[in-house]
Amino acid sequence: MTSSAFPLKKEKKSIGRFLLDELKPRGKWLTPFNIISIPVMLVGAAIIVIRFINGIGAVSNVTQDIPWGVWKGFNVITGVAFAGGAYILTFVVYVLKVDKFHSIVRVTVLNGFLAYVFYAGALVLDLGKPWNIFNPIIGNNFGANSVLFLVAWHFLLYIVAQAIEFSPAVAEWLNARRAHKILSGLTLGAVIFGITLSTLHQSGLGALFLMAKEKIHPLWYSEFIPLLFLMSSVFAGLSMVIFEGSISERVFADQITSENKKQRKDIILILSRICAFSMFVYLFMQILVFAHGHRWAYINTPMGYWFLLEMLGFVVVPMLLFLLSFKRANIRWAKVAAVLTIVGIILNRLNVSIIAFRWDAAVHYVPSWMEIVVAVSIVFVEIWIFRWVINRMPVLRESPSWANNKHA
Amino acid sequence: MSIDRRNFFKVLGVTGAGLALGKQAQAEPAGEEVTEFKAILYDSTRCVGCQSCEFSCAEVHNLPEPEDFPEVGVLRKTNEKRRTVVNAYDTSKGEVYVKRQCMHCNQPACGAACLTQAMLKTKEGPVIWRENKCMGCRYCMISCPFDVPKFEYNSPNPKITKCNMCFERQQEGQLPACVENCPAEALMFGTRRELIAEARRRIVENPDAYYPHIYGENEAGGTSFLYLSPVPFEEIGFRTNIQNASYPALTKGFLYSVPAVFVLVPSVLLGIHKATKSNLDKNSNHD
Repeated sequence: MTSSAFPLKKEKKSIGRFLLDELKPRGKWLTPFNIISIPVMLVGAAIIVIRFINGIGAVSNVTQDIPWGVWKGFNVITGVAFAGGAYILTFVVYVLKVDKFHSIVRVTVLNGFLAYVFYAGALVLDLGKPWNIFNPIIGNNFGANSVLFLVAWHFLLYIVAQAIEFSPAVAEWLNARRAHKILSGLTLGAVIFGITLSTLHQSGLGALFLMAKEKIHPLWYSEFIPLLFLMSSVFAGLSMVIFEGSISERVFADQITSENKKQRKDIILILSRICAFSMFVYLFMQILVFAHGHRWAYINTPMGYWFLLEMLGFVVVPMLLFLLSFKRANIRWAKVAAVLTIVGIILNRLNVSIIAFRWDAAVHYVPSWMEIVVAVSIVFVEIWIFRWVINRMPVLRESPSWANNKHA
Repeated sequence: MSIDRRNFFKVLGVTGAGLALGKQAQAEPAGEEVTEFKAILYDSTRCVGCQSCEFSCAEVHNLPEPEDFPEVGVLRKTNEKRRTVVNAYDTSKGEVYVKRQCMHCNQPACGAACLTQAMLKTKEGPVIWRENKCMGCRYCMISCPFDVPKFEYNSPNPKITKCNMCFERQQEGQLPACVENCPAEALMFGTRRELIAEARRRIVENPDAYYPHIYGENEAGGTSFLYLSPVPFEEIGFRTNIQNASYPALTKGFLYSVPAVFVLVPSVLLGIHKATKSNLDKNSNHD
């Protein structure tokens, strides 16, 4: 760094300075989001320190009967469902080549990538012995007949695939033209690999619970959990795309060209149609499982009402709203439906992993405030990084003119 | 009796994971050592609830001594500080004591769940936990149908704790501590095959004293801890909704579909990509 005799080093130094400049925050500091998120993240960081000094029990309410709490149930299992938008949109854009969605594919991939990185992060917090996390990856400790082994590998590989899918944006930001060319060439391979991995681990997260046959309430347990998880990840992911898009549209309004703005309404209407149809398929599968499992006996119980609320309130209603929005060409309904769907997916994933899990246990699990603060902090940190990237790299805004790809 | 000799062999044969039975042993290549699953038979008609098993277990594994005792109406549970407990139940045949601990399934759900093989079904029979492999993900706790593995939530370097059938003592040729110290001979150690025969013999010779079922012979695909009881097992706190097939079998369909998906999905995607490409090429030159 000290010597400037070598041109190569000199160039490195300027890149270093460029990166340093880019690290600095931009824009106003005291936005409402910052005022809320900064204290939460600081408290969250303190709780994480306590967790590593005194053990998980010091901050979390998980029990011997219900060993997975919100960090796994919400951050990992629910979060991954919401990251499903990336594999659906890359399929539509790169495999089916529907150009219309080009303007939102990059931001969705970024969202998915960050979601996976941070939800893997949440997993580390929840592991009792995180220093052994590489055991299933290296060494001779392959528990190859474990569903979690597959999920872990797919997580890791999918993070790599998404990094490759997003890498052209980084190359454009760094003005690295040759790297951009190489990385863009890898996109299709990464997309196909990524979609395959996604179908397997979205369903794999459901398959995790297959062995807990008697421990999950029969209204939520069936041998079809993997398929139900896969199907619901379609509308979970797309609802998140609609939701995140409608916020980005306002927050990052200056980055979106007027042409893209016009397209957005059209995009949301098509997405809401895909959501409605995939929800219909999901509902149909649920009805089949319900009838097949002779579940009528459970309906007139508190857990039965809870199940009906999930199915009617957060699947049927948003499905109809998505249809309505498409029929009337009104995206407001789609946004309402997206929010309802998101709530419904949170409900569903938490039901399978926590609420209906050992519903008969003597002591029920209720998350501690510290667990919730950490869970929310993880989401906030992710949003911070997301914002940092959006403000610097061509994600929402147009690529530089030298990168003559449509938006690859 | 519901289980005949043939069925018994079938269960062992299906679930034995490479273990060789007496008859099959003759077909094994000479010189290869044959190991049978070791097991423990617990006869609750003999148990007097003295807690010797609890005390000796605590001593051997450096755990605190139990301070409470079996009492009707109180459900004592195993936890990270005690690996076995004796409970008392008021049943149709009077007060019955029941010892509980890990069942050491032939095909354990915890072992299939473990992504690092920290939870391991040894070829000798005990299901053991290996600290240097474990990540602490607690998926074994999610999967175990008997809720056996416990976790040290209040330790920065936590362990999964459960009965390991005194595997280290077995390696040295000693009996499990609870078996060795049981004054009532309620516990018996041996190969699983011998113990099932012994349990049958007891039921046949004394049909009035026993409920005619060996819990663990078929439950969860067969376990290495076998129970005899004077009363139906639901009266003494056992879960009777445990399936007879092994629990890892529940994930088999999913795991088998993985290689198929890995071959089929990319091929289909590539096919779709090529198909749409040739259509688009004609009118995408303006880009």
